Amino acid sequence: MAFLDRTARALLLTELVVGMSVTLRYFFRRKVTLNYPHEKGPLGPRFRGEHALRRYPNGEERCIACKLCEAVCPAQAITIESEPRADGSRRTTRYDIDMTKCIYCGFCEESCPVDAIVEGPNFEYATETHEELLYDKEKLLANGDRWETEIARNLAADAPYR
Amino acid sequence: MAEFWATYVWPTVVIVAAIVAILVPLLLSVAYLTYAERKVIGAMQMRKGPNVVGPFGLLQPIADGLKLLTKETIIPSGANKVMFLIAPMFTFSLSLVAWAVMPFGAGLVLADINVGILYLFAISSLGVYGIIMAGWASNSRYAFFGALRAAAQMVSYEVSMGFVIITVLVFVGSLRLTDIVLAQENLWFAIPLFPMFIIFFVSTLAETNRAPFDLPEAEAELVAGYNVEYSSMTFALFFLGEYANMILMCAMTVVLFLGGWLPPLDVAPLNWIPGPVWFALKVAAVLFVFLWVRATFPRYRYDQLMRLGWKVFLPLSLAGVAVYSGALVALGWVP
Repeated sequence: MAFLDRTARALLLTELVVGMSVTLRYFFRRKVTLNYPHEKGPLGPRFRGEHALRRYPNGEERCIACKLCEAVCPAQAITIESEPRADGSRRTTRYDIDMTKCIYCGFCEESCPVDAIVEGPNFEYATETHEELLYDKEKLLANGDRWETEIARNLAADAPYR
Repeated sequence: MAEFWATYVWPTVVIVAAIVAILVPLLLSVAYLTYAERKVIGAMQMRKGPNVVGPFGLLQPIADGLKLLTKETIIPSGANKVMFLIAPMFTFSLSLVAWAVMPFGAGLVLADINVGILYLFAISSLGVYGIIMAGWASNSRYAFFGALRAAAQMVSYEVSMGFVIITVLVFVGSLRLTDIVLAQENLWFAIPLFPMFIIFFVSTLAETNRAPFDLPEAEAELVAGYNVEYSSMTFALFFLGEYANMILMCAMTVVLFLGGWLPPLDVAPLNWIPGPVWFALKVAAVLFVFLWVRATFPRYRYDQLMRLGWKVFLPLSLAGVAVYSGALVALGWVP
């Protein structure tokens, strides 16, 4: 009987017809494609994208050159140099991130005592040359100014879980 | 002088015009078949497919073609240069030559020869040579394996295709494609010959190296099969040839089983539509099934493919020839 059953199935192509009816049903389903540059998927508040250095509301830069991020960075992508400023406060003179070394683990943000270095929500910063991805302090501060609203919102959204 | 014009020049002009009238729409439909393939498979995977270049992505095939044209033709240093370059041209021209006998409508055929189906069958068999030449001339293992597989597969499935064609011919009593179509005026052969129709369709899938029989270009183990070493225009010619062959096989299915240019029913609103439109619609429907099959089934293993060809289809089609012709003789319906 099992032989008959199997032969009948094979000869009548039952399985093939069932499979094809499944794909035909999917043919008419609503499509899930995201028209990427025009439509974007949602990002969580913890999303780790492009780095930024933040400032206090009065314009003073947050980073105090404690170098915790430099120490914790597993890819050794961060380079910091510092010296006391004229007013006696310690500030960085150099803050470089090699974005091509960075593994986007978020440890720098995690280790920062003053929420200065953060990974913002921006992920669309592809460049045509390697050099453009060697970020310096100026670029990072500019990123911070540019993305401050989003970064502050994300930090506030994530704060209850820390 | 006037006689010279009437006997030599004018007929040549007419034939060249007819060839252009066949080839230009054919190549356009090849281009848009690639678009349709991506759209259909995309839809079946709940994607949208190409939709950026032009409205609904309609200019995508043109963009792809331009891209291929502007690329560099790389000839491997170990390759046999002449064969390497002839192979794609051979494949491409064969896929076009076969269209000479295809009847697009009543009387709309370039060469209505009385052995049309034999001609088609012969040309489609010759396609193996282009592939073997490409695989051999590339002087690369992957290409050679791909070519061997393609050749073995095409030869195997041609046998059962031949038997299926014989069954149809027994019903028609003529090798002329126009006669085959006209014999289906009352009933398409797909209905009485349904099992043969299925065998023929599956064999055409194998013959054109389409999924689920696309072993010759199995990405996983053969990289891309016989055309690994090809780039730019030489690759484009293979691609065009392959897709033109697909359309050719679908047209052959339509002529043999689906009533060619005839409307489904010879009633008022349906027979107002001209024959070539019906022909194109039917070919498009069969092509859709080609793409649908590709979106549905995983690839066969090589031994399964050979088993299906020689141990299943060959006996079945042979039995079909015996049963159908026996029935015709018994009922006295031999044409």
